Amino acid sequence: MELYEMTAHQLRDLLRKREVSAVEIVKSVLERIGQVEEKIKAYITITDDLALKQAEEVDRKLASGEELPDLAGIPVAIKDNICTKGVLTTCASKILYNFVPPYNATVMEKLNRQMIVMIGKTNMDEFAMGSSTENSGFFITRNPWDLDRVPGGSSGGSAAAIAADEAICALGSDTGGSIRQPAALCGVVGLKPTYGRVSRFGLVAFASSLDQIGPITKDVEDCALMMNAICGYDPMDSTSANVPVPDFTKSLIPDVKGIKIGVPKEYFIEGIDPEVEEAVKAGLKKFEEMGAMVEEISLPHTEYAVADYYIIASAEASANLERYDGVKYGFRAEGAEDLIDMYKKTRSQGFGPEVKRRIMLGTYALSAGYYDAYYLKGLKVRTLIKRDFDQAFEKVDVIVTPTSPTPAFRIGEKIDDPLTMYLSDIFTISVNLAGICAISIPCGFSSDGLPIGMQIIGKPFDEESIIRVAYAFEQNTDYHLRKPNI
Amino acid sequence: MAKITIEEVEAVANLARLEFSEEEKKQFTSQLERILNYIDKLNELDTSDVEPTSHVLPIKNVFRDDVPKPSYPREEMLKNAPDPVEGYFAVPKVIT
Repeated sequence: MELYEMTAHQLRDLLRKREVSAVEIVKSVLERIGQVEEKIKAYITITDDLALKQAEEVDRKLASGEELPDLAGIPVAIKDNICTKGVLTTCASKILYNFVPPYNATVMEKLNRQMIVMIGKTNMDEFAMGSSTENSGFFITRNPWDLDRVPGGSSGGSAAAIAADEAICALGSDTGGSIRQPAALCGVVGLKPTYGRVSRFGLVAFASSLDQIGPITKDVEDCALMMNAICGYDPMDSTSANVPVPDFTKSLIPDVKGIKIGVPKEYFIEGIDPEVEEAVKAGLKKFEEMGAMVEEISLPHTEYAVADYYIIASAEASANLERYDGVKYGFRAEGAEDLIDMYKKTRSQGFGPEVKRRIMLGTYALSAGYYDAYYLKGLKVRTLIKRDFDQAFEKVDVIVTPTSPTPAFRIGEKIDDPLTMYLSDIFTISVNLAGICAISIPCGFSSDGLPIGMQIIGKPFDEESIIRVAYAFEQNTDYHLRKPNI
Repeated sequence: MAKITIEEVEAVANLARLEFSEEEKKQFTSQLERILNYIDKLNELDTSDVEPTSHVLPIKNVFRDDVPKPSYPREEMLKNAPDPVEGYFAVPKVIT
């Protein structure tokens, strides 16, 4: 087995036994990137020099006999909407094509304390708006399981990098499913933490009341290690929650006896791929065999979630993206007649079509005369969606659903039809609106050999339960061990 | 059913500081109309007695102590500027 194929916990154990060096690990991953990146295109920036320097530092500490954190020397890929000091951070947008942040996001400070090795910045849908990474302002990323298909999105670069063994762990961000859906489509593990669990300081804002950073990894144990590293209260983020952070590795218990699993009847609907339905139902049967109690529940407002999300997320986005005006950083258009003209030309040339569409929708929904009809209505429906989950969690410990209604779709298949693209997030969006946590894990393969993901949803700040249930499933199956043939 | 006109698209574009070609305006008009009609689905729900949720956490008025701290150096902040002039961000003339 090559080093690049291994998980973070396997590499940590080898490093601690001095059987391998951090430089050997990073060289192996860079060699892998050299072999497959041409086909996958997961990265916007590859920070090979920095990675080698960071790995050398880890080896020096190792040689001096210092005890190292769990993620020391582990090559990690970072989604390109997370600010990295001195390293290009573009959000896959032309409007930020040259932006080099003068500071680190809090998650980067936390990962640096773990002495991770940053391997590069990953491709995404521009400003995280999309479900296929086709909305990147630079290039598309391909699904390692089938190069004619999308990796999902918006964290498609991060998920593809993990599936293709071009990184050991990755960070993504999730506003309506942007960690879980690409994780499902690429056959890897992705967790969206509870809103407020991970600091958003330094995450380029899309929809501030929905955005969360989270890990994308090869297995659930690595997910727990990444969660240990990135969670926690941060005074720099006023929406950060001051709640204790448990040791998530304590939740790696391969047993679900007595756990109550709810299955929402509204999630097995017309339009869902039969193979996806079959795989998730087989997974539920597995849970029952393992001693869990599975019962049907209802989340009655599910059918309103996508509409609600597009009002709320677009409204917040239109306000957040006002800052891109060509004055202080990023792209500025040439040939403007005056200041307003400079704003308009800069924004019209700098933003891609999907970003403009959302800014237009959000501006419309917030404009005089429409605020009550759209935005306020959306906030009220959000209350109803949240209440559905509150009521369901009075009866069950976790909720299990498919992550995405279909396996990876073909490149170009949905790009001309925004509404159909939006509907591919139908199972992930409610979790963001309710502010709760969820993980996607591999639970099967389609007859075409494409991965299928299962979503496990938990109560607010109860990532421990979803990690435990996910770990138990993983330890009793081998879907996570399959690798794509690139 | 929401009906969007080209004039409305132009007005919203102006508010959002965006400009479009005639072709793009037509496309946006039909796409926005379709998306808004889908969003009209929310009106099936009676929300007259429902409080809005703008934020899921019960966090309000987060203040920090007002302690002076060093800021970022000016030259560092100007490194990303499209047109830095003598330590400032230069923009096209505002008053003519």
